Amino acid sequence: MSERTIDTVAAATPEKVARKIRGLSDRAIAWLFVGPTIFLLLAINIFPLIWTIQLSFTNYKANRVGREVKNIGLRNYERILTDSDIWLNMQATAHFLFWTIFFQVLIGFTLAWLINKKFKGNDLWTTVIVLPMMLSPAVVGNFWKFLYQPQIGLFNYIVSFFTGAEPSSFEMLGQVNLAPWSIVIVDTWMWTPFVMLICLAGLRSIPDYIYEAAEIDRASKLRQFFTITIPMVLPFLMLAVLFRGIENFKMFDLVVQLTGGGPGSTTELTSINLKREAFEKWRTGYASAYAIILFVTVFGLASIYVKALNKVKER
Amino acid sequence: MTSFVKDLMRLRRGAWEMVATILIALGVFMLMQPFALWLYTYSFIVTLVGTVMFIIVSHFPE
Repeated sequence: MSERTIDTVAAATPEKVARKIRGLSDRAIAWLFVGPTIFLLLAINIFPLIWTIQLSFTNYKANRVGREVKNIGLRNYERILTDSDIWLNMQATAHFLFWTIFFQVLIGFTLAWLINKKFKGNDLWTTVIVLPMMLSPAVVGNFWKFLYQPQIGLFNYIVSFFTGAEPSSFEMLGQVNLAPWSIVIVDTWMWTPFVMLICLAGLRSIPDYIYEAAEIDRASKLRQFFTITIPMVLPFLMLAVLFRGIENFKMFDLVVQLTGGGPGSTTELTSINLKREAFEKWRTGYASAYAIILFVTVFGLASIYVKALNKVKER
Repeated sequence: MTSFVKDLMRLRRGAWEMVATILIALGVFMLMQPFALWLYTYSFIVTLVGTVMFIIVSHFPE
């Protein structure tokens, strides 16, 4: 059919019929697919966020529906940011963050470095090491609670074997000085494999010819490690640190299962404290302001994380 | 150092993102440090400024 005939037929076809024949445009199909996601995003993320921001400036209490809601400006923020108890919770979170990241990077990198060496059973060991990461935090919390039991727990017996101390003479979850370390140990046990996997990806991305060139230049193994391995793995390590930092900043389930924030409030991380303010004390406006402070912090860290991720991608 | 300042003056993305990143990191440090309550008090505003700045400057030219 010539082009002229096609144009004539197209012009003569009524618009209603033409639309039926043409079907949906590409743009309409794109909106059809993206629409539900945008709707869900708005309904589940954006709307609650805006509502939380609005509530953070009020004295709203979710358990007193009929009560008059007053706008109190920045008073919630002021109270949170001058409260020394919340400051202590932040410090408990900082302790948890710093030490978990420190141990996870140290052990994770060492494991990745060892796994990267080709040896028999390499794959099997990788699978075994990765196993803790695949467990549910609730399950991990529960069985470590048993391991930490002073009377029957395996952990106390292992410590006793190496130090000679009586197994029942210390209680990891019940002593103020030991409880913060107990959650660090469990989180490290669970999430070191994740750091190891990221480091392993970094180590495997280093081409062999760089090491070969270094060998030709007679660079020692130590020098190769510090001038090739570490700088090339560093962006991956940074990524792991940021990822674990963001995740541990929001840590809730594992610590609730293990210590419930105790003894006292020594292991009461910010997320546990926030839950108490929101759903035990029912100070919804106050808890909203608290949540916004944590959100801005996590969002800021996530921005750096995305930037680091792009740098890794550029490599 | 001078190229960094030049990039700041010319509103270049990299330099401004660096400033925003430092502000965010400083804010997070201030939030969690155990030394002074007043640092904790001003931590949120520092993090907020850094985060908002990061969002804005990520639209600057390279």
